[in-house]
Amino acid sequence: MSVELLIRNFALCDIAKALLLNMTHYIYNCESRMADIITSHVELIEMMPRFGIALGFGDMTVSQLCKKKNIDVNFFLLICNVYSFSDFIPDANVVNNTDMTMLVPYLKASHHYYLQKRLPHIQNHLHHIAGKLPPKVASVFLRFFELYKNEVEAHFINEEKNLFPLIQRLISGDNDAGIHINSFNDVHQDIEDKLQDITQIIFKYLPENATDDDTTDVVTDLLLLARDLHKHSLIEEKILVPFVRHLGKDIN
Amino acid sequence: MKYSVLIVEPSDIIAFGITALLHSSPVLKVVARKNGSEALDVAIKTHQPHALIISPLLQVDVSQIKAQHSLAVAALVHCYVEPRLLKPFDAVIDIHASAQNIENSIKAACENLNEGQSHNVGYELTRREIAVLVLVAQGLRNKEIADRLNVSEHTVMTHRKNIMQKTGIKSVAGLTVYAMLNNLIDEDSLDSVFHNT
Repeated sequence: MSVELLIRNFALCDIAKALLLNMTHYIYNCESRMADIITSHVELIEMMPRFGIALGFGDMTVSQLCKKKNIDVNFFLLICNVYSFSDFIPDANVVNNTDMTMLVPYLKASHHYYLQKRLPHIQNHLHHIAGKLPPKVASVFLRFFELYKNEVEAHFINEEKNLFPLIQRLISGDNDAGIHINSFNDVHQDIEDKLQDITQIIFKYLPENATDDDTTDVVTDLLLLARDLHKHSLIEEKILVPFVRHLGKDIN
Repeated sequence: MKYSVLIVEPSDIIAFGITALLHSSPVLKVVARKNGSEALDVAIKTHQPHALIISPLLQVDVSQIKAQHSLAVAALVHCYVEPRLLKPFDAVIDIHASAQNIENSIKAACENLNEGQSHNVGYELTRREIAVLVLVAQGLRNKEIADRLNVSEHTVMTHRKNIMQKTGIKSVAGLTVYAMLNNLIDEDSLDSVFHNT
């Protein structure tokens, strides 16, 4: 039985799946049906708009859909696999030989999603529950989230202004685009830590009689956002950074 | 219920005086008297007092005593003592205090102790850790905190690690919020602990 069939037919946890991967194998491949992929990893639904893919793709396979939407199928699979399995480490050869034309647009679309949709949504929710909290607690939470949102935005803007244009030039073969790329680890870690902390604080230290359904909703949203942001940083760490380094223009 | 008290004071006049003052107290009972701090551990284990009334001039390491034994430690003060030296104590008893004052101070200190131990989450912060937390939340760096508290940087880092483990909070901004919610600092500090590059 092939590795793929094994994984598809048995419910394995992510780590087991990752172990079965010999780094050149994908869990999903181009003959997988889109609907099956989404069913097995529901959070991929959030990713689809960033590729410009609308729901309602019927029984299409990955390759059929990518062809229709003019997306490089290997690139699409690479992103899907990194997104779905946090232990998956893409093979260097695969990364280096993938068409990365859509990488920066994808990352920009992700930024847009967080800044224009997710964060404002949570912020509105916080405002909504603020009225039910003691004034001091409410103002501290709101202020924290406001500052947090600004920090995330600053980080994204920094990437879009300073990093992405250089990467685009590199990808389109501009050899003069010297680029110095460090790991984003520290910045990403701090952003993720802060989000996790405010979530912890809300569900641990909120005054007891302040909680109701609305608060639970906020916490759920925060937890989902934290997970998504983590996957976003995985894509930057596991695909973007190695790829840029490979292009050999790293003047480290 | 009476709180038992161990008195550690070099001056006999003061030690006997305070014992006599508390002789018919309904709140406190003096269980033993010592002139010096030698064998203090043994004395505490023997008498198991709820509180220690001790002269700060004996230069005993109060935090260490509190770390090893569960009791309140009050300073007995009859001359000028540097405020810095009084910081680790749970209460300060002045030589001009009345029996009533002493009872109130010790009782409050003992009650605070109990409250601290059964506080919400079960991972209560020690006084030292709270001191470090406040300075971290105000945006000070390890070196600055070490200087302020007269300890080594290594000690500060250990405290920070413990605080992180007890509260589950990793970022400085998160600790700042925590400190605010627990009324340890004012609201102004939040802006300065965010980086907006």
